[in-house]
Amino acid sequence: MTARGSTVGWQKTSRATRRRVVDLSATAFGWVATAILVLVLGSILWTLLRNGLEGLSTAALLRPMGPPGSHGGLANAIVGSLVQTFVALLIATPIGLGCGIYLAEFGNQSRFAAIVRFVADILLSAPSILVGLFVYLLLVAPFGHFSGIAGSVALAILAVPIIIRTTEDMLNLVPTSMREAGAALGAAHWRVVIFLCLRSVRPGVLTGILLALARVSGETAPLLFTSLGDQNWSLSLNRPMASLPVAIYQYAGASYSDWVALAWTGALIVTFGVLAINILVRFGFGRRKG
Amino acid sequence: MIPATAETTDALPKIVNTPWWRGDRLFRLLVGGCALLVLLALGGLIVVMGFGGLRAFQAFGPGFIVRNIWNPVTDQYGALAPLFGTLGSTLIAVIIALPLAFGTAFWLTAIASSAVAEGVGTAVQLLAAVPSIIFGMWGFFVIVPLMAQHVQPALRHWFNHTAGVRWLVHGAPFGYGLLTGGLVLAVMITPFMTAVMRDTFSVMPPMLRESAYGLGATRWEVMQQVVVPWSRNGMVGGVVLGMGRALGETMAVTFVIGNANSIGWSLFAPRNTVASLVALEFPESPAGSLKLASLLALGFILMLISFATLAAARWLLRSRQA
Repeated sequence: MTARGSTVGWQKTSRATRRRVVDLSATAFGWVATAILVLVLGSILWTLLRNGLEGLSTAALLRPMGPPGSHGGLANAIVGSLVQTFVALLIATPIGLGCGIYLAEFGNQSRFAAIVRFVADILLSAPSILVGLFVYLLLVAPFGHFSGIAGSVALAILAVPIIIRTTEDMLNLVPTSMREAGAALGAAHWRVVIFLCLRSVRPGVLTGILLALARVSGETAPLLFTSLGDQNWSLSLNRPMASLPVAIYQYAGASYSDWVALAWTGALIVTFGVLAINILVRFGFGRRKG
Repeated sequence: MIPATAETTDALPKIVNTPWWRGDRLFRLLVGGCALLVLLALGGLIVVMGFGGLRAFQAFGPGFIVRNIWNPVTDQYGALAPLFGTLGSTLIAVIIALPLAFGTAFWLTAIASSAVAEGVGTAVQLLAAVPSIIFGMWGFFVIVPLMAQHVQPALRHWFNHTAGVRWLVHGAPFGYGLLTGGLVLAVMITPFMTAVMRDTFSVMPPMLRESAYGLGATRWEVMQQVVVPWSRNGMVGGVVLGMGRALGETMAVTFVIGNANSIGWSLFAPRNTVASLVALEFPESPAGSLKLASLLALGFILMLISFATLAAARWLLRSRQA
């Protein structure tokens, strides 16, 4: 009797021990995986700070790019990036808002809306280099020269799906009673949408636009074939235009130490700009999921 | 929510009478036009790329896809090597990223206290926001030397005499290559996959999880027997989404893969991917040349692959929510 009882007891302990060991190793695995990810983020930020900070000077920020050894800076690339992303958002925001409004207000169940939603999702993750090729064939090859506006259009194509998604999500959060209240006051549907619905979710929509800004401001591949980059000052949208990511790409692989240093400084600026926008979005506009 | 909105949408034009009727129709046309523009963008992307690459398919036939040659001197091009590199580096990336993402999502949803999980979750999401060229530079200046000096010699030392995997560790440890490319890609896509998995886990009704804990299940048992079966579709969707990212990623790979048009077993030898080949060769391809057409044909193939991948991811991710 005792023997049998103890056998059962032993089996029980063994099973419980095994379960505990499995659980502990799974837990340890979770810790390790998270630690690796956090370490990688730390490594990237630390590398950027270590290599980028020493080159971060007023000269780097105020002088245009130049040949190696000429103490060039990144000023024209920074300005070019700002101009191109700004123009890109100028193009993308109305289209993205319009499409988001269409999906939320008009096309809820229709087949067309389902297709548009699907296409927007695909565009959201489409390889950005292909967008660059597309815009090259559309806006560069026919005109025979690279241009800032082509770069902006490429960035806009990447920004639109982000704006669409946040706009639609936000508009779907607006209670129906609000639309009814507007309609009851005799407002036209378009007025209800723009002045009531859109206004009430303005922070959310703005978040989407800022996220789109963060996403496109670090994009390199689509700019290689569209705005190309330029060593000199150029503010004309009809000519090749410098941008920070392309400058980083050109300088990082170079064998001149001052160019590599500038590439790090540029990388530091881009990354912290993008991260700052993301942090602003996360904490500035309250904790909104999505 | 959605049915109610649809009802209101149908009801509104009836309630609101004529004075603004014209405005509403214009508004509807305007926003519908925006929607159409989005369709045109993707349609144009595929059609324009297809037409641009048509000449390459005409010159080399459908066999373009399996031709292993890239020679601008003799004007002979084929897609096999870059496709091999793209699929190979993506496979390596997913193999590395999958356990990392799953482990982190497990940690975030089941192990960490909610305050800590919030902070680390934010950090992981920030990692997802870092531009890909930064990953490229980081890979170039940090990972490549690490691979060349420590990882690759060590792997060679350990596996050089193991029959099955000997070929994988063949070649000089330059630091560049398929493995390094896959590694940097893995670092890029892990945050995405983690975020999707975490979202999928968190939409599970807490009741299910609590019942399992109530029955005495350990954390891992809850994960393995309750959470994973419940959210399988979403998890696979997240993995496929990450795969889609890895397939088309350009800048991070171009810096570290070594850029040689070749095929082979070695994980250490320099390779290239469709995206990196396009980025590097494009500036040297005159308009109207067969080379440019071949690059566009490569882009077209890549577009089709990522289209299929992303469509699959979307289907998997949405089917659970519906």
